[in-house]
Amino acid sequence: MGNTSSMLTQYDIEEVQQHCNNAFSQQEIVSLYERFCQLDRNGGGFVSGEEFLSVPEFAVNPLSQRLLTMLDGLNFKEFVAFLSAFSPRATVQQKIEFIVKVYDSDGNGKVTFNDMLDVLHDLTGQFISEHQREQVLTKVLEEAGYTKESLLVMSDFVKLRHREI
Amino acid sequence: MSSGKGGELIPSSSELDLDRPNIEDYLPSGSSIHEPLGKLRLCDLLDISPTLTEAAGAIVDDSFTQCFKSNPPEPWNWNVYLFPLWCCGVVIRYLILFPVRVIVLTVGWIIFLSCFIPVHLLLKGHDKLQKNMERALVELICSFFVASWTGVINYHGPRPSMRPKQVFVANHTSMIDFIILEQMSSFAVIMQKHPGWVGLLQSTILESVGCIWFNRTEAKDRETVTKKLREHSQGVDNNPLLIFPEGTCVNNQYSVMFKKGAFELGCTICPIAIKYNKIFVDAFWNSRKQSFTMHLLQLMTSWAVVCDVWYLEPQNLRPDETPIEFAERVRDIISVRAGLKKVPWDGYLKYSRPSPKHREQKQQSFAESVLRRLEEN
Repeated sequence: MGNTSSMLTQYDIEEVQQHCNNAFSQQEIVSLYERFCQLDRNGGGFVSGEEFLSVPEFAVNPLSQRLLTMLDGLNFKEFVAFLSAFSPRATVQQKIEFIVKVYDSDGNGKVTFNDMLDVLHDLTGQFISEHQREQVLTKVLEEAGYTKESLLVMSDFVKLRHREI
Repeated sequence: MSSGKGGELIPSSSELDLDRPNIEDYLPSGSSIHEPLGKLRLCDLLDISPTLTEAAGAIVDDSFTQCFKSNPPEPWNWNVYLFPLWCCGVVIRYLILFPVRVIVLTVGWIIFLSCFIPVHLLLKGHDKLQKNMERALVELICSFFVASWTGVINYHGPRPSMRPKQVFVANHTSMIDFIILEQMSSFAVIMQKHPGWVGLLQSTILESVGCIWFNRTEAKDRETVTKKLREHSQGVDNNPLLIFPEGTCVNNQYSVMFKKGAFELGCTICPIAIKYNKIFVDAFWNSRKQSFTMHLLQLMTSWAVVCDVWYLEPQNLRPDETPIEFAERVRDIISVRAGLKKVPWDGYLKYSRPSPKHREQKQQSFAESVLRRLEEN
């Protein structure tokens, strides 16, 4: 899809729409393309980590580094697919899948104690000690019926989402 | 971006309002993670959807990048009748107007240099006379510059009077802002030192109107610059200072936060608002995309540079105000007059990352709420 001055063809738009399972309307995809080109300053066809971090609102987000590993080097089609979890048309299932992907560092669909600890670290920074973090997480896990060795999967996160645990 | 009770993702209408920046929705800092009360549960620790939604929102649109987007005039030449007209326009602009303008500018420079150099060298002893002549000559060359873009500038408001302890501030769109204002009355300016021919001009000619240099990249520079600013503003015979408190060029549709340096000098602040008419040319100098030379060439091959300059009522620091509040108040006055939307960002974020303390604030408030609710068990 090239550089800033090239336009998206109707065919391109439909391809992207299909790839993201119709999460966005065609108009939204055109707007996202403008945004993608705006972020992709050197015109390389993908937005680098540096270019994402030049958006101050993104750079101050505690999960920005984690998201960057997922975002780095995506082309436009993949960029739209990445954002599809945030579309108003996204299903709850899709949103939860995305959350699990953020947690699951080795991509095997299972979230370990260490994965959860890492994300908690991102969210709390230096304001809770490593030891305290482990303590809190273990305690809350056990109260919810899990153990330190438990591997959480999609269905657990669905329960989480509905605040059952 | 809004999150409801229990951290659910509720997309508000502004979430994917991709054509409009959601400035009104933006609330700086504070806890982004909603705090329900009661015992700490697993879902409170693990549900990261509010943070993720914020991140996605920033990726899709953010109020900072909008400030530096060039907005060229809408293309109107898209049909069979208008296109030949546009082509005639291009021919006229590039082959007739441009050479005429180059000639005008060259003549201007010749006149200027042939007066300036003798004055500078020969009148060394007669300080007052030399200064006045040099100032008049700089005003002259600025007029030539403005003529070379066919500048149509409407000045509104009383012409600034030259008094000591007076500092002028204006919104910043391009380096030509300085030329446009200098044409009317002589200002001293504070500028980033540039390389190339601009730097040469800065060190020779601009010295005569009084200039202060700074370097954005040097942190220690700030103290020396503040000192120089203070000294200059106290001096009786110096040109009044013209400061662009945004610190960087913004696209004339938004204004970024004003730096407080100019507002701490204990002087009266005279705000100036500058608004360019985009129909003729987009005067925003996008320094990331163009060099200044290219920018000038673009201006010289356009039809005209049309802008409004308003000299606004002088303001003083109120007894109950901090310099930062004063700066924001003046920014408000200028933004309202020039029709700019205010944005709560520091312009220097163009060149550097935000300080970690913003992220740390979020982390701290989340950490504290976790610990607090833990103790509530």
